[in-house]
Amino acid sequence: MSEQNQNGRRVGEVILDLQNISLRFGGVKALTDISFNVKEHEIRAIIGPNGAGKSSMLNVINGVYHPQEGRIVFHGEERKKMEPHMAATQGIARTFQNIALFKGMSVLDNIMTGRITKMKCGFLEQALYLGRAQKEELAHREKVEEVIDFLEIQHIRKTPVGRLPYGLQKRVELGRALAAEPSLLLLDEPMAGMNVEEKQDMCRFILDVNDQFGTTIVLIEHDMGVVMDISDRVVVLDYGKKIGDGTPDDVRNNQEVISAYLGVAH
Amino acid sequence: MPEVASSQAAHTRNLTGETFPRLLFHHAQVRGQHPAMREKHLGIWQTWTWAEVAENVRALACGLAELGFKRGDNLAIIGDNRPRLYMTMAAVQSLGGVPVPLYQDAVANEMLFVLQDAGIRFAIVEDQEQVDKLLEVREQLPQLDHIIYDDPRGMRHYNQPFIHDIEAVMAMGRIHHQNHPDFLEREIEQGVTTDTGVMLYTSGTTGKPKGVCLAHQAFIAAAKGGCQFDQLTQDEDILSYLPMAWVGDHLFSFAQALVAGFTINCPESGDTVMTDLREIGPTYYFAPPRVFENLLTQVMIRMEDAGAIKRKLFAWAMDVAKRCGAEILDGKPVSGSDRLAYTVANLLVIGPLKNVLGMSRIRVAYTAGAAIGPDLFRFYRSIGVNLKQLYGQTETCAYVCLQPDGQIKLDSVGKPAPGVEVKIADNGEILVKGPMLLKEYYQRPDATAEAINGEGYFMTGDAGFFDEDGHLKIIDRAKDVGKMANGAMFAPNYIENKLKFFQYVKEAVAFGNGREQVCAFINIDMGAVGNWAERRGISYSGYTDLAAKPDVYNLIQECVEEVNAQLVHDGMLADSQIHRFLILHKELDPDDDELTRTRKVRRNFVSEKYAVLIDAFYAGKTSQFIETQVKFEDGRVGKVAADLVIRDAKTFPVVRQAA
Repeated sequence: MSEQNQNGRRVGEVILDLQNISLRFGGVKALTDISFNVKEHEIRAIIGPNGAGKSSMLNVINGVYHPQEGRIVFHGEERKKMEPHMAATQGIARTFQNIALFKGMSVLDNIMTGRITKMKCGFLEQALYLGRAQKEELAHREKVEEVIDFLEIQHIRKTPVGRLPYGLQKRVELGRALAAEPSLLLLDEPMAGMNVEEKQDMCRFILDVNDQFGTTIVLIEHDMGVVMDISDRVVVLDYGKKIGDGTPDDVRNNQEVISAYLGVAH
Repeated sequence: MPEVASSQAAHTRNLTGETFPRLLFHHAQVRGQHPAMREKHLGIWQTWTWAEVAENVRALACGLAELGFKRGDNLAIIGDNRPRLYMTMAAVQSLGGVPVPLYQDAVANEMLFVLQDAGIRFAIVEDQEQVDKLLEVREQLPQLDHIIYDDPRGMRHYNQPFIHDIEAVMAMGRIHHQNHPDFLEREIEQGVTTDTGVMLYTSGTTGKPKGVCLAHQAFIAAAKGGCQFDQLTQDEDILSYLPMAWVGDHLFSFAQALVAGFTINCPESGDTVMTDLREIGPTYYFAPPRVFENLLTQVMIRMEDAGAIKRKLFAWAMDVAKRCGAEILDGKPVSGSDRLAYTVANLLVIGPLKNVLGMSRIRVAYTAGAAIGPDLFRFYRSIGVNLKQLYGQTETCAYVCLQPDGQIKLDSVGKPAPGVEVKIADNGEILVKGPMLLKEYYQRPDATAEAINGEGYFMTGDAGFFDEDGHLKIIDRAKDVGKMANGAMFAPNYIENKLKFFQYVKEAVAFGNGREQVCAFINIDMGAVGNWAERRGISYSGYTDLAAKPDVYNLIQECVEEVNAQLVHDGMLADSQIHRFLILHKELDPDDDELTRTRKVRRNFVSEKYAVLIDAFYAGKTSQFIETQVKFEDGRVGKVAADLVIRDAKTFPVVRQAA
């Protein structure tokens, strides 16, 4: 079933299929008739100039926005109207362009919130910390510790997130997404505002996540070097339309893409 | 169980000549359930008892034997302090091999020399990063047969047949042990105390690193001496966080732990040492001066951010501690009112402070490796931390002089340790003799003959003298001690250390051999000066920018002039006052070969690299342009350029008493 692609990844079947998606906010067309798919275990990049509709696309995937037209098929099932928390229980996790963590809470607690959809105990049980709640908390804590170990952030385990530098906050956000053990991970500009070293670290973590847990990853990124290095296939958006789709090499040589990025001589 | 009985008999029969494997299996018998090692994993401290360590060592040793490890083979150990890497040392020694720990942060090419020199066939490494380094230079290491890794993370795609998971090796060893239950006992029996127990490479401040072969008996003698000296028992806890390739760590975390039977604790990662220190609360602690300095700087920075009441209370407690803390620690007579004040201060400030530092339980703490600032040293002693200095080299198992409890002098390294004989040669060089001396330099009879003189003394290369109480004082490296143009003694290290005692100065290099005047390069301490600048609203973009600020120059000038004021009273060193200085535009870095991995300045290299700056000093210029290549951690190369200002510092007239 699965094949090895040029990056040595065992890319599988299509798990997410977006067909003719159009999204409008009043008269503004954010996305127009966009179709692409995401295969299991691959790293799929969405690129495009500012305002191209990249974040809107992610929001469509995890159910924040509901496109007026088009079909979304996830794991072979057509998606009806859905809320973001349902996306989370279906195994979709994401990080945000402008970090959305609880600044006053410790790294540990922030990552723990990623486990929320997996917690079975009721509110009362947890408040009273009864037998089952205690056992559950320990199990979740262990999972969180594995994430902390994976991302090498042991030294800031108990530090309030607000006190951390930007690069580390980004890593914590990734940690929270990982704690949900997603099958599909959406990363909205995971490397924005980072220096070279931080970018390298982040790339390594993304590749490791993909390699070790087999997580499928959809990421938006502006750094072309990063995109071309780590992704298997790239979708290019411009003004809400798809203007390119294919391997990094295909996209790099696509005339329309070059025009969108560099401008066209008239 | 007849088998067990016979193997126990085998041990007792051979306990006369002590080796480290025998010590280990002895502990496994007499205190099998006592914790031997701990490591924090997934946020929880995991414990190995002595019995478990012995079982692991047995499995590892048998596994290595199965892979073809032979008596006399050298095995490289590369990684952070991990229990399994310490176990590897004992496993290798059990088979009559020699463990060779390497500095884990060195790049592949730096490791290459040692790996070739020691003829490494087997390497046990911590993780993927280290495996990659070895693979990078593997073509130049035809004799390297097996690489074994401890942490499987990221290793899934490495399917080369010569790369093994340590778990697999141990599983193999367990099967081997079932089939040959008395194999390891017989191997251990063959070991003799004069066998080389470990090979530690010198840092190579001068020339190529040399492998220092240290016999079991040498390290056991050094460890026993130290344990007796400080009454260390099996109940000590120690945090093992300094590089395994460093002689001090081998003495404290391996030799002394095995001699006294105490517990070693490995931190979760290099970045968590502070937290781990607090959680473990070691009773016996070692740190180089810069660690003590960083701790203090952190405390001071945090105190400056505290409220007014807390700051006042802190200042009061520190005053009390300064007045009588060290005396109370030494058991000297102290007035009743001081004692009462100290008790209150201890309750309110000092006790909690020690707790935050992770030093509440410390009975004995040592520092060495570089000179420690008198203020810093006094601070720790005044809050009741029994901080002492020791003196030793790789070649002497880091065991030559120790400061006895209650006889602490700031500027000496203490008295010769039990069993050690220390002599001062005519040229001032310190000579040492005792059971802890090296056996030889690995395959370097020439170097061995050079280091050990005809009477069996090891020549330390340090210059020093004994004071009136028999305490040893170190001045400098004997070869670095030079003469100025007027014939006065010039001891660069001595001057540099005085500069480095200021929190704002991170590194200093003094020049003056054969010259009329002494001049110095300064590296500012980014943390301390950065904080200082922030509080004054001085904005800066990075090191180079901050270092060039006139305000920073003024700050450093004050430090230099204070050193000059001290030097003028130092008799024979009064002529070494610093006339001119500059602040370097980049930090001296081991990656650029300017420092050794143990962060000692490579004096000759630096003076060649920055020759143009030195010329500018003596040509009387007030500024000099320089462009320098820098290597980044990922191996890329960049350039830093700056126009460096050279300043004159005030010097003081030397008052000489008429002869």
